[in-house]
Amino acid sequence: MIVADRKPIEEILNSIKDYERIMLAGCGGCVTICFSGGAKAVELLASQIKMARKKEGRPIEIIECTPERQCEYEFIDELAEDLESVDAVLSIACGVGVQAMNERHPDTITLPGLNTKFMGYPIEHAVWDERCAGCGDCVLEWTGGLCPIARCAKKLLNGPCGGSADGKCEVDKDTDCVWQLIYDRLKKLGKLDNLKVVREPKDWRTSTNAGQRRTKFEEAML
Amino acid sequence: MKSGSKLEKVFAAGEFAVTAELGPPQNANAEAVKKKAQYCLGNVDGANVTDNQTAIVRMSSIAAAAIAISCGVEPVVQMVCRDRNRIAMQSDILGAAALGVKNLLCLSGDHQKFGNHPESANVFDLDSVQLIAMVKKMRDEEQFLSGDPIKEYEPRLFIGAVENPFADPFEFRVPRLAKKIAAGADFIQTQCVFDVEKFARWMKLVVDEGLHEKVYIMAGLTPVRSHRALRYMKTEVAGMSIPDELIKRMEGVEDKEAREEEGIKICLEMIEQVRNIEGVAGIHLMPIGWESITPVICERAGLLPRPKV
Repeated sequence: MIVADRKPIEEILNSIKDYERIMLAGCGGCVTICFSGGAKAVELLASQIKMARKKEGRPIEIIECTPERQCEYEFIDELAEDLESVDAVLSIACGVGVQAMNERHPDTITLPGLNTKFMGYPIEHAVWDERCAGCGDCVLEWTGGLCPIARCAKKLLNGPCGGSADGKCEVDKDTDCVWQLIYDRLKKLGKLDNLKVVREPKDWRTSTNAGQRRTKFEEAML
Repeated sequence: MKSGSKLEKVFAAGEFAVTAELGPPQNANAEAVKKKAQYCLGNVDGANVTDNQTAIVRMSSIAAAAIAISCGVEPVVQMVCRDRNRIAMQSDILGAAALGVKNLLCLSGDHQKFGNHPESANVFDLDSVQLIAMVKKMRDEEQFLSGDPIKEYEPRLFIGAVENPFADPFEFRVPRLAKKIAAGADFIQTQCVFDVEKFARWMKLVVDEGLHEKVYIMAGLTPVRSHRALRYMKTEVAGMSIPDELIKRMEGVEDKEAREEEGIKICLEMIEQVRNIEGVAGIHLMPIGWESITPVICERAGLLPRPKV
């Protein structure tokens, strides 16, 4: 899932300071799961904004909504009628949702209320860790299912750097060294030979280095 | 000869090699490089010119190496993967060779978090193993990484790599060294050895694998002036092993000058100890912020005069 954090309230208030009536749009997808952008988050943020603006003596009207997914046209097309009456949209979906809104509803500006961070999953209640960098050329087959692109601060492909100590990464002592985890997993699987191979330089064209990426599923194309 | 560098010749002659670090300044002062080059001149077989070590901006290692050459000192240019992609690295490798550089040490590089621009983006287009393989390809196959030919004038470089026998997982440190050798490393410099016992254990594994016959291994040694430096490295630098007895020994000396002398003595003892470990082909001195001590240590360790090769 996509994991996002809410922006600081001051930054949000500043971004909507010129508006008197906004739509606050959540998303029923990933950000509902990570608590930053679901219906409950919409309710909470709306009351925070209203209180702050009331205190300033410049009350604001807010239409609250949480489409099933903000990243699909069919769910955000339904918002068209309500959009006619607002000055702007504050979206607490991920950056994909914010852009879908701007693209589909070009007459109204949609502003981001979240900082979109990574693809990952909860490792315990209310704690999420990054797991995939979307590099476009998956290496998990030979790494024992642990990603060094997303989880090593140097994206190393040929084993740990000299800063791996007691299983932790030198960049952050609370973060496991993924190469220690890879080593341990492959050892358990009897596949340590995977680490003896000199891995070639990665072809980064499949990652973000060749500009915007597009993917097609030919069988489903109309 | 792969490169014809002095360092390569010293190894080839079967001599015990000595290199020392020459850290470029945090400004554009050529005189600072020249001054440090004097500490190396005639005392070592190669001066490691560091590449923005600990991710602190310093004069370019290649520029500082060119200044060292003008002083008669043979540089070992360090190149890290943190700041440049494969295009810039190959370009700088050609430039370094054109300026007379004959030794290149390939490293991943300290993460930018530890430096003075922690907010910067890092590159790591290649890792250190891939950098080693690229330099070898440029030299031996006369090709760029892309496979395009290098028309004559290929960079003739003696390829160095590093290994940290004290980092984890310990059991993977020798296989990782083997990878660097397979990729094309000609010589190895290790992380600072303070824990000689652990270093000896690592060297035994290296020798058991026969790797010391494929590559020249230099033990990294850091003379220190105070117990505080040791304590700092022990607690703050990941992947360092520093025995408590060493800290106690330094702490036991009150006077500043006597403490410096104790630091020198410890370093000399360690030189003696690592020299006697099978497979160690040389030492690499890393007197962090204390480069003036290099000639003193070389002299007192009986490493002078350096062989004429």
